[in-house]
Amino acid sequence: MSDGTADKNRSGGMAFWAVGAILLVVMPLLNILPPEDSWFHLSDFSLNRFGKFLAFGILALGLDLIWGYTGILSLGQGVFFGLGAYCMGMHLMLTIGKESVYGTEMPDFMVWNQVKELPLFWKPFYSFPVAVIGSILVPMAFALVFGFFAFRSRIKGVYFAIITQALALVAWLVFNRNDTNLGGTNGLTDFKQVIGYRLSEPSTQLVLYIITVLCLGASYLFCQWIIRSRAGRVLVAVRDSEKRVVFSGYTPANYKLFVFVVAAALAGLAGMLYAPQVGIITPAQIGVLPSLEMVIWVAVGGRASLAGAVLGAVSVNYGRSVLTNYFPELWPFILGGLFVLVVLLFPDGLIGMMRKAKSLLSRSKPDGGKPVVPAEKAAVLEGKR
Amino acid sequence: MGGNRLCLLRKLPCWRGSAEMAEQSSFQNSIIYLDGVTVDYDGFKALNNLTFMVDYKELRVVIGPNGAGKTTLLDVICGKTKAASGRVVFGRDVDLKGKHEDEIVALGIGRKFQAPSVYGFLSVWENLDLSLKRSSKGVFATLFGKSTADERVRIEKNLETIGLKDYAHTRAGSLSHGQKQWLEIGMVILQDPSLLLVDEPVAGMTDEETEQTGQLLQSLAEKQAIIVIEHDMEFVRQIARVVTVLHEGTVICEGSVEKVQADDRVREIYLGRQKVAH
Ligand SMILES: Nc1ncnc2c1ncn2[C@@H]1O[C@H](COP(=O)(O)OP(=O)(O)O)[C@@H](O)[C@H]1O
Ligand SMILES: [Mg+2]
Repeated sequence: MSDGTADKNRSGGMAFWAVGAILLVVMPLLNILPPEDSWFHLSDFSLNRFGKFLAFGILALGLDLIWGYTGILSLGQGVFFGLGAYCMGMHLMLTIGKESVYGTEMPDFMVWNQVKELPLFWKPFYSFPVAVIGSILVPMAFALVFGFFAFRSRIKGVYFAIITQALALVAWLVFNRNDTNLGGTNGLTDFKQVIGYRLSEPSTQLVLYIITVLCLGASYLFCQWIIRSRAGRVLVAVRDSEKRVVFSGYTPANYKLFVFVVAAALAGLAGMLYAPQVGIITPAQIGVLPSLEMVIWVAVGGRASLAGAVLGAVSVNYGRSVLTNYFPELWPFILGGLFVLVVLLFPDGLIGMMRKAKSLLSRSKPDGGKPVVPAEKAAVLEGKR
Repeated sequence: MGGNRLCLLRKLPCWRGSAEMAEQSSFQNSIIYLDGVTVDYDGFKALNNLTFMVDYKELRVVIGPNGAGKTTLLDVICGKTKAASGRVVFGRDVDLKGKHEDEIVALGIGRKFQAPSVYGFLSVWENLDLSLKRSSKGVFATLFGKSTADERVRIEKNLETIGLKDYAHTRAGSLSHGQKQWLEIGMVILQDPSLLLVDEPVAGMTDEETEQTGQLLQSLAEKQAIIVIEHDMEFVRQIARVVTVLHEGTVICEGSVEKVQADDRVREIYLGRQKVAH
């Protein structure tokens, strides 16, 4: 194996730990240590906002698995994100308790809607563990049922994209209704605390940020494990030539279902982390448009690259939050333009551009820029593969 | 010759003589047996009441003009196309009707497609690794499965057989047309099928590659049955023992190359046309 794959894996591993250290140690320290007026100070607001972007990064990982690697375009990831966020949101609503505007145990919007008794499906969410586990399992269960029927009926390509978009539309309509008791258009908000910690405290938000980074890291490693397994290669094979996969003895529908459910779980996890950090979840975050935007994150970052997906989610959302300050009404056009630009000019996204730049740089070096691996070390690395 | 004529007129398959045939290969010892199979595409019969059988470890070549139904014949066997009527029996008594493609693969039928179809984004090694016969090809088996030393040896040997040893870590998409054909043959071999279906394997190959492919198929036929579809008469002469001529969805003649070439009707519909084309 002289194609340098082992080297690549090693440098990829180093990049992972380097980025991890920056996100996990440097960013929080910049938030805590420098005085507020210092140039190096990272404000609570910025850190919190960054935590939100990283949560989106988790969702992007899942979307990249299904779209980038397996070639199935899902335009309904917002739904799974929403299910996760609402599961956590319901718990956060219930822990507001007597602090609510009306001072009742019931969430304010229910009092407003003259709901007499807490609906049955809300009750399990008094429990924090139920909310955490539910925000992952509920999206998974939905994806399992939906995917089972879709893939069994061999719905593919554009048709799959369209029915997932329809799913997003239906979910948006359902969550918007008052009689589903999910807060209607206003969604769930006014959260006060999570397991006893005040959400308004910067320290709570710092911990939530750190948890998000850890979840992102774990999700990344999990996705990488899938991609590097034989199953990961089957996924790529499905993208390449589904017909052939069947004749190699695999059942593509099972692999698609698997990856769809994993993507839903990651979207749900992202939603769970989003709700307490942003403090509000409404149907506006889960409909057709947000789901489309998620696809653009991955396209911009670079399909079929896990790092690219995260990079895309963070950079597009950063761009959004900067630009919407100045020209809020222009954002959809900028986003659409960005998508067209990327698809036409940079099909491999940001990560593809970075790779190109890197290979140009290393070509100018005499040894090709590859780290020199001692013979015995190289043997060990190869043995592991 | 007269006998041949007679059965041709009656649109019956023309074996060396029906009585002889019945002795030689009753479907009890055939690996694949198609009994009166009809495939209907909106009224057009791509296969028309076709009866066809191949013995264990036989190398059978199927020829016929374009549109004769050769690819459809393979499609019916591997489950890609469903027969409107008739039976498809694999081995002694396995009815393939209603079985899914992946089940049929698991039973031991491998298929090489007419257009080379390999996984372009995966390396040659990965292409072979995915094709390798394994006890389970389910999601969890492939998630947790590790390659055994034995499997690696098999892949390495296969790489040598198909002449792609130096390309193990090349993306399959960047191989030449002929190399892709070989890779796909290698992939099918690794599935360890007892029946191999090969659709026009030498299309687009150089003369030398064609000859090597012929040798490869012949050596494989020592262990498994193979059905090869081919246009190239040179190639057919090289490898064929028994040739089946298909026309308009039915078998019109079957026998040795010489016999088939001497058959009037075959000359008329197939070889004659070839001559004109050349
Ligand atoms: N899916 C299909 N729908 C309709 N007609 C088809 C289909 N597949 C093949 N045919 C027709 O069936 C006939 C036999 O096709 P095929 O088996 O591919 O021929 P060949 O002997 O050249 O491999 C052709 O006339 C072809 O047009
Ligand atoms: Mg054909």
